[in-house]
Amino acid sequence: MNIPADLKYTKSHEWVRVEADGSLTVGITHHAQDLLGDMVFVETPAVGRTVSAGEECAVVESVKAASDVYAPVAGEITAGNADVEASPEKINQDPYGAWMFKIRPVDASAANGLLDAAAYQALVEAEAH
Amino acid sequence: MLKQTPLNAAHRELGAKMVDFGGWDMPVNYGSQIEEHHVVRSACGIFDVSHMLPVDVKGEGVRAFLRRLVANNVDKLQTPGKALYSCMLNERGGVIDDLIIYFMDERWFRIVVNAGTADKDLAWMQDCNAAWDANLSLAPRRDLAMIAIQGPQAAAVLHAAMPGSEQMTEGLKPFNAVNVGEMFVARTGYTGEDGYEVMVPAKSAPFFWKALLEAGAKPAGLGARDTLRLEAGMNLYGQDMDETVSPLESGLAWTVDLKSERDFVGRKALETSEITRQLVGLVLLDKGVLRAHQRVHTKHGTGEITSGTFSPTLQQSIALARIPLGIAPGEMVEVEVRDKKLQANVVKYPFVRNGKALI
Repeated sequence: MNIPADLKYTKSHEWVRVEADGSLTVGITHHAQDLLGDMVFVETPAVGRTVSAGEECAVVESVKAASDVYAPVAGEITAGNADVEASPEKINQDPYGAWMFKIRPVDASAANGLLDAAAYQALVEAEAH
Repeated sequence: MLKQTPLNAAHRELGAKMVDFGGWDMPVNYGSQIEEHHVVRSACGIFDVSHMLPVDVKGEGVRAFLRRLVANNVDKLQTPGKALYSCMLNERGGVIDDLIIYFMDERWFRIVVNAGTADKDLAWMQDCNAAWDANLSLAPRRDLAMIAIQGPQAAAVLHAAMPGSEQMTEGLKPFNAVNVGEMFVARTGYTGEDGYEVMVPAKSAPFFWKALLEAGAKPAGLGARDTLRLEAGMNLYGQDMDETVSPLESGLAWTVDLKSERDFVGRKALETSEITRQLVGLVLLDKGVLRAHQRVHTKHGTGEITSGTFSPTLQQSIALARIPLGIAPGEMVEVEVRDKKLQANVVKYPFVRNGKALI
């Protein structure tokens, strides 16, 4: 299981990187892409959209199924990754490189409330049983 | 507790991702569903389809029994090994299951039914057997495993894996089968490619599976099986048809024989019911993925997608949809996908055959 220690995680299997400017970069975890299988379609949120924590804001579709991606915290979308929209398979190849969107949180410390790598690992293991 | 095929350990050894498939512990892929799909279109993939059930129907008058039991006409089967695809209907003309019937001899036909419907099918056949005083024996063959060998290199793989099989399967035409030693080799499949479905004693299945891999075949899971059959325009029971819909509204009119005088189950209902819908192919023009149960808007009213996926061969989304009559290939329809209405083109299916795009 590939769960980088320097990232934060959500219970809905997004990973979150806290950037130097306080914005958050969001993608889906290795575990999530493994469950979904080969990705064929990605839709990222519009820049400027404001979202609440847990709001559906992007979609990934594998050959098998469609899955929503949720905003980890409340904030404003500042970027969507056109590269993964054009090449959804990059999520399978490099889930922690293939980010989906960036968000500027309303509460600068909001990311502190997310799961750390150990807690996410425990969550994944619990779901496997 | 999930049911296991004789190849369960072999799948796990290959690192398959296993899923609960209608109560069976089956491989959905061995890494990448799309790669497995392409291997079948370009070389040779093998599938464990042992969850499907062969039923041997034996006794005096088995042909007469089947003339009445199924919608296609078993009188088309005159040479041993010949196969026939048919629906088995209820009295309302709905589809209990779709199946393949092999003619072995005048006292023995073999019927292969779907996994999810096997218990129901067997019970129905037994009820008919009793109600019609047919006195046939109906034997489910869970002692047989089934492996599908599919792709342009299927014949070469089979011959390499089974020394001596080349002569015995030479000239075997599509929808025909032959006994090769303890194996029953049919030139059938569910992918739109050349290939075989081989029934083999359960105890021999792991050895045969390994021999096929050593002969160059790649394992392929049920995920690829679904995208391959959809590209090939083949119906899936429970999605594209079921007990509530007529085969005539499911793209299966070609399998219903109304020319003969037979009084088969469901015939009256088919002949008296009005046909208002048709099964068509859709190709999505916008980005996105068509999925089962999405609503389809046409100029003659709404319909529904019955099967949808992303086509690895065409690199766009395709679907089968049940829509009102009067919409012709080439016309545009709108499909509701989440909060959007996407444009799709109505097409004649199959979408892909023998590795080539047809649309």
